[in-house]
Amino acid sequence: MDYPILSTVIFLPILGALLIFIMKRSSEALIKWTALAISIINFVLSVPLFTNFDKTTAAMQFTEKTQWISAWNINYSLGVDGISVLFVLLSTLLTILCVTVSWNSIKQKTKEFYAALLLIEGSMIGVFCSTDLFLFYIFWEAMLIPMYLLIGIWGGPNRVYAAIKFFLYTLVGSVLMLVGIIVLYLNTGKSFDILQMMATNYPFNLQMILFWAFFAAFAVKVPMFPVHTWLPDAHTEAPTAGSVILAGILIKMGAYGFLRFSMPILPEATRAMAPAMMVLSVIAIIYGAVICLGQTDLKRLIAYSSVSHMGFVTLGIFALNLQGLQGGILQMINHGIVTGGLFLCIGMVYDRTHTRKIVDYGGAASVLPVYAALFIVFTLASIGLPGTNGFVGEFLIILGGFSASKIMGTLSATGIIIGAAYMLWLYQRVFFMETNPKMQGHTDIDLREILTLLPLIVLVFWIGVYPNTFLSIMDVSVQHLVARVNSPGLQNIQPNVAQQIIEVIK
Amino acid sequence: MEQYILIPLLPLAAFAINILFGKSIIKDKAHLLAIAAVLGSFALSVMTFVEVMGGKVTNQDIYSWMVSGSFKASIGFLIDQLTAIMLIVVTSISLLVHIYSVGYMHGDKGYYRFFAYLSLFTFSMLMLVLANNLLQLYFGWEAVGLCSYFLIGFWYEKKSASDAGKKAFIVNRFGDFGFGLGVIMIFLTLGSIHYADIFGNIGTLQGQTITLLGYNVDLITLIALLLFCGAVGKSAQIPLHVWLPDAMEGPTPVSALIHAATMVTAGVFMVARFNPVFSLSPVAMGVVAITGATTSLFAATIALVQNDIKRIIAYSTVSQLGYMFLACGVGAYGAGVFHLFTHAYFKALLFLGAGSVMHAMSGELDIQKMGGLKKYMPVTYWTFLIASLSIAGIPGLAGFFSKDEILWLAYNGGAVGRIVWAMGTLVAALTAFYSFRIIFLAFHGKFRGTHEQEHHLHESPASMTVPLMLLAIGAVSAGWLGISETLGGGNFIGHFFHPVLGHPHVHAGPEEEWMVMGISIACAVGGIFVSWIFYSLKPDIPKKLAAAYKGVHTVLWNKYYVDELYDSIIVRPAMWLSESILMPVTDGTIIEGIVNGVPKMIAGFGERLRKLQSGYVQHYALSMAIGLLILFSLVLMFK
Repeated sequence: MDYPILSTVIFLPILGALLIFIMKRSSEALIKWTALAISIINFVLSVPLFTNFDKTTAAMQFTEKTQWISAWNINYSLGVDGISVLFVLLSTLLTILCVTVSWNSIKQKTKEFYAALLLIEGSMIGVFCSTDLFLFYIFWEAMLIPMYLLIGIWGGPNRVYAAIKFFLYTLVGSVLMLVGIIVLYLNTGKSFDILQMMATNYPFNLQMILFWAFFAAFAVKVPMFPVHTWLPDAHTEAPTAGSVILAGILIKMGAYGFLRFSMPILPEATRAMAPAMMVLSVIAIIYGAVICLGQTDLKRLIAYSSVSHMGFVTLGIFALNLQGLQGGILQMINHGIVTGGLFLCIGMVYDRTHTRKIVDYGGAASVLPVYAALFIVFTLASIGLPGTNGFVGEFLIILGGFSASKIMGTLSATGIIIGAAYMLWLYQRVFFMETNPKMQGHTDIDLREILTLLPLIVLVFWIGVYPNTFLSIMDVSVQHLVARVNSPGLQNIQPNVAQQIIEVIK
Repeated sequence: MEQYILIPLLPLAAFAINILFGKSIIKDKAHLLAIAAVLGSFALSVMTFVEVMGGKVTNQDIYSWMVSGSFKASIGFLIDQLTAIMLIVVTSISLLVHIYSVGYMHGDKGYYRFFAYLSLFTFSMLMLVLANNLLQLYFGWEAVGLCSYFLIGFWYEKKSASDAGKKAFIVNRFGDFGFGLGVIMIFLTLGSIHYADIFGNIGTLQGQTITLLGYNVDLITLIALLLFCGAVGKSAQIPLHVWLPDAMEGPTPVSALIHAATMVTAGVFMVARFNPVFSLSPVAMGVVAITGATTSLFAATIALVQNDIKRIIAYSTVSQLGYMFLACGVGAYGAGVFHLFTHAYFKALLFLGAGSVMHAMSGELDIQKMGGLKKYMPVTYWTFLIASLSIAGIPGLAGFFSKDEILWLAYNGGAVGRIVWAMGTLVAALTAFYSFRIIFLAFHGKFRGTHEQEHHLHESPASMTVPLMLLAIGAVSAGWLGISETLGGGNFIGHFFHPVLGHPHVHAGPEEEWMVMGISIACAVGGIFVSWIFYSLKPDIPKKLAAAYKGVHTVLWNKYYVDELYDSIIVRPAMWLSESILMPVTDGTIIEGIVNGVPKMIAGFGERLRKLQSGYVQHYALSMAIGLLILFSLVLMFK
């Protein structure tokens, strides 16, 4: 590759968004086709990242580095390793599906909608590729804006409340992270270079404070218990594409943050806090699953199931061993595929019935047989049936979690029982039993909708049957990370860290 | 190796083609492909069996499924004596059930779907028995559970059917929870999940303990019991037996194939497969034996009073599965699997016979409303009678030999063995009684249904009766493979299994074996005789008994109220926790209150501001302002 491939996949959609912005509002078809074309091209462009990826090294690949603001030693530097490359691909793939699923359902402000979608794509890829902390923060905050608009403008009846809640939650977290970033900058010889930070040993006290500062931002995003309550509202009110992006990519950024910053930069603090994180994860798994049992709204149920599934992800990550981490990362991808798929499915049926209440459904398998068949695939993947991707992730996580803490591993495994209960009950109430009169007369999903779901279905089975394609990509990077987080640190205690932070804020 | 791969792959291909093209193109021809595939698998299985008989044992990986550091799981086959016999059971019963279903499911709107699921099930079950490692076993384990879920809820418009499917899956998950942890424990202690490594190294764990909630637990016992949790779920043993009777909501061929002959025996197969592990833990063995014997007795007593023909046979299945575990628990793995083998034929025959009766009675299940069916459906009657004689343990038929082998080896199995032997002998009498209760109530006497039903009574078509006759041959002769030496047989199956399953040591002499045999024959004949008195000679006795012992009858009729118990200690509390605590209190009040305290105040402020300014960009600007506000407040806080 002799062109800057990462910059291309970041800025092509952003330029596309600008292009759409200058188009005429009336030429709706052109806008949609442009958005689709750009998202497909971007996906095709991102494929070489995967096929040309060197699996033998943990170093950053496809790197780019240009001086940006030399006064503050800020660089425009990009790169991907075996962990982030998977998320770049997931982002480019899901964006296509978001465009196609919105094809007929977004009828107002079409122009702005697709522009926002492409802006989100560019900035989220930017988050995954940045190797400069300042650049990372820019992208991190940048994607908040179009996401906020997506929920607030094209969302459901209670969208404004949900959007503000989403925004405030994430903003509070981000602010603390910004403080943390500046402290890091000052302690790394005035550098924002993430790779340099990963090689620096910070004092333990500083690490602890920074850990919590970053934790605020990442935990909200994941979302971890008990800062999860924005998610059900945001998901419920967001348009389908918004829910897919939220579930598929946005909430992964929290977990990605733990992987990229907390663990390699603050290894000792991570080690010290891992038990607490595991406890929070297990609470999320069980709490999220039990609360699903009582849900009466389709999207709310899937949203709470995300809390439970992301609990698995963070459990795997904070097990701090190879299986747990690989399982956790794979489960992030899986969750993007499966929950993304479920939200796409719900969006499709909502376009027909205009209701999210579970009681309004029933007997859908008779009315929408193809839809029912595709929905069951995601349902089974969600409950971790072997042969689907969900099993591989959950199994490795429970294995990793169990080897780190028997009690945590055991408790987390109860999540698979409750998970089966709420998902199969949901499926029964929507698809089985006598046909609800409100379901009569709807047409089964069409070719566009089938094609929207098909790539995810393929991935469900691909990862389920041959996960090594993906496990091997991340293998070396994860091994490197495990080694780093378990490396002995400085252990010397430096006072006045709090003082330092206050100075920074001033 | 290639021909082995084809054994599961043929049904998988049939599934894929039927599920994709069944609705639009293949339609009512779906059975052709499905039958051809399973016929191919059957032929290959027979070939494999012959090879194994010649001493060829294969253990080979096909591809590596999941690799994460030192954790490696592959898809691979272990083909030894145990696998070979399971291949025969699965493919032969599956083939006959496929053929039977052509007649039974004729005209159903989900015809193609039915055959697709049957193929998927056959594939999954074959993957389960062919596995050479725990994770593939787990894959097959869950996949057969999935097919069971699909097929129990096949008529998904019926609430009871979809409830039963869901229940089966979730109850099994409770067992799989333990099973999964067992897999993980094995990996963490032995560093591998491949059978060969596990069986080779399990001895090194002897004497090691692990601290669990403050107690020191023997490691091997813990592993064995965790694995056994899975078996308890899949093979419907106490306390996870509740799903199997409900599973009768599925089409009857499914009950025969999945819920009698193959899937539910997977638990027994697994315990037998892991005999090197179980044998090292006397505690685990005791648990297996007692669980099996208790379940066996428990289910048999329930079966005494039920009137739904399929549920009686379902409880009978639970009871017979208990018998197999009883055998495994006393170390008689070979006898357990031998009973699995004979049971597959006579129990599948009972179910398919029941299906034939339902077919004639337009779906009627209550044996009290039947009677005198013998003259209308002679083939069904005679085959059903053979199966009943076989399960009752009448000498010469399949069930006799395997049951006798189990009881004899249990009798020799020390103190625990003597107890479970006594229980097993009692169960033998009960089994004969309730099996012939069906015969006398449904096939003898006068017809007690409606005139319209009587008008329609007919023998089933050939596609259904031919499988019945073929299964009847199995129900008679399957036991001849294992005629014990005392009876002058060669005990072929015992010797065949010896390399994999071993054989427990027998102290007692042949005189005692004759005695044990005599007792069990007396029990069988006695059970049939009492049944004849109760339901043919003096039909008012059962009613008087039920009235005299009303309490006992009510408890049995209500299946010991286990479903009600689970509903009140698991289902309702979970729902209450979700609906009354987590949603309104913790999420709604506490967390929202604490975490949202400040933002809510600001949001309220924003709501008021919004009345002055409208438009979304302003909102954003407002939020930016709020962000700054927080930043400033932080500064003030730190000062």
